[in-house]
Amino acid sequence: MKLGEKKEMVCIVCPVGCRLTVECMKEFLVEDAYSITGNKCKRGVDYAVKEMTSPTRMLPTTIKIEMGILNRLPVRTRNPIPKELIFDCMDVINKVKVEAPISMGDVVISNILGTGVDVIATRSMGRSK
Amino acid sequence: MDYEIVVIGGGPAGLAAAIEAKQKGVSSILIIERDRELGGILQQCIHNGFGLHVFKEELTGPEYAERFINELKDEGIDYMLDTMVLELSKDRTITAMNGKNGLMHIKAKAIILAMGCRERTRGAISIPGTRPAGVFSAGTAQRYLNMEGYIVGKRVVILGSGDIGLIMARRMILEGAKVLAVAEVMPFSGGLMRNIVQCLDDFDIPLLLSHTVTEIKGNGRVEGVVISKVDENLKPIPGTEISYDCDTLLLSVGLIPENELSREAGILIDKSTNGPIVNEAMETSISGIFACGNVVHVHDLVDFVTAESRRAGSHAAEYVLGSVEVDKEGLATIPGDGISYIVPQKIRSENLSDKVTFFMRVNKTFSNVSLVVKSGDHVVREFKRKHLAPGEMESIELEKEVIEAMGLESLTIEVRKEA
Repeated sequence: MKLGEKKEMVCIVCPVGCRLTVECMKEFLVEDAYSITGNKCKRGVDYAVKEMTSPTRMLPTTIKIEMGILNRLPVRTRNPIPKELIFDCMDVINKVKVEAPISMGDVVISNILGTGVDVIATRSMGRSK
Repeated sequence: MDYEIVVIGGGPAGLAAAIEAKQKGVSSILIIERDRELGGILQQCIHNGFGLHVFKEELTGPEYAERFINELKDEGIDYMLDTMVLELSKDRTITAMNGKNGLMHIKAKAIILAMGCRERTRGAISIPGTRPAGVFSAGTAQRYLNMEGYIVGKRVVILGSGDIGLIMARRMILEGAKVLAVAEVMPFSGGLMRNIVQCLDDFDIPLLLSHTVTEIKGNGRVEGVVISKVDENLKPIPGTEISYDCDTLLLSVGLIPENELSREAGILIDKSTNGPIVNEAMETSISGIFACGNVVHVHDLVDFVTAESRRAGSHAAEYVLGSVEVDKEGLATIPGDGISYIVPQKIRSENLSDKVTFFMRVNKTFSNVSLVVKSGDHVVREFKRKHLAPGEMESIELEKEVIEAMGLESLTIEVRKEA
């Protein structure tokens, strides 16, 4: 982004979806290089800076589960992961299989692709009878 | 079989209402759920975005449900799974059945309706063309994918930009399908902006506003769909047809509150919400039968369903414990210009403790307007709003004194443009 250039974006931190305006104040990729307006809470500022420097996303998906009451167990990354790693993470997640019983919050993949982020179960699932 | 309160439906509305009633002092409560487990539609909504208001943190659907299910179990509230309610009578007798107990007649002092809503289908919007396999409502595809482990297609077109459609666009892409386009007949999306960003923009899926599906092709399986631009009257414009080769069409074209039981019982239904007419206590036109959640009106966020259902549970408890004024007529709320509906539709000021919140939707988008509350022709209160859209539920609060001063005159809320 060039000095003085402006970019519009929508904050995705929560369902309110604030419409943000990001203005480039310095030519370098430093944290205070951007001026952010339009946010209703301070998380909007963090989001906009991150979106300009290293965008991240939560990744909710499912994995295979055996002996459970369902065929799929819902999981998510505990924290957001780098956006460009979404499909690589899906490749890793798709190779994993667990066996019931599982408790909500159980780590099913630790430190996925060296991001420091665990993938956790988002529900408990008992064994099928 | 007798209970003080029976709740029909074990989704987020039923769970919150039952827990609240228990905590208000009602001891015998039963939830009847037709599915194999509690939690309702939350169990298939594996994406994050739930719980910011109720838990002050962002959860997925199953996590949100499990917290309530655990609380329900801690409270020792009874529930029956795989059980279908067949009939509801005016005298608050429920006829239900399951494979274990057969046919049951259950008598309740109060009933809470929490049946939720279901998706509109192809038939509801009359799409021309053949009738091949591969046309799914988005929620059905979501259940297949997220719970059963089946992907419903490889090349997908989605009609409707409601949140379920947007969420499913991302899910299908993550699981290896191609999503060619999302078409929306209105000039604006009915979904949340954040979902357009993180479900469509992130994956370069085009959103075609003012477009609809005008033909479905294929015998046996979907082979393609035709999408056309529509004019301001939502009529397809000849010459604007684009063909897409796809094997699947997902429909995310709205939700309908599920009120077959309510109608059969003779409960009055609001034509705009397709849900029961309720008063400030979330009580329907039949005394002792309450309703909450998407069976009353379709909500944007589950957090709002929880809040409304807690009120219904609390008032049902007051009713059972005999601490509420009943059989008062109350004043009616009337949607004025620009408003498509208001919930609650009736207010009995005697039962208000301090304030009452009105929930409503506008019938088109507005900028820089006021929501004007009127008693007859007299303006009672004005609330300024920068932006109003049909996809975003709006609310205003009025104090008990304001309602009392109106007597039994009707209360109108309308949208007025600023001068």
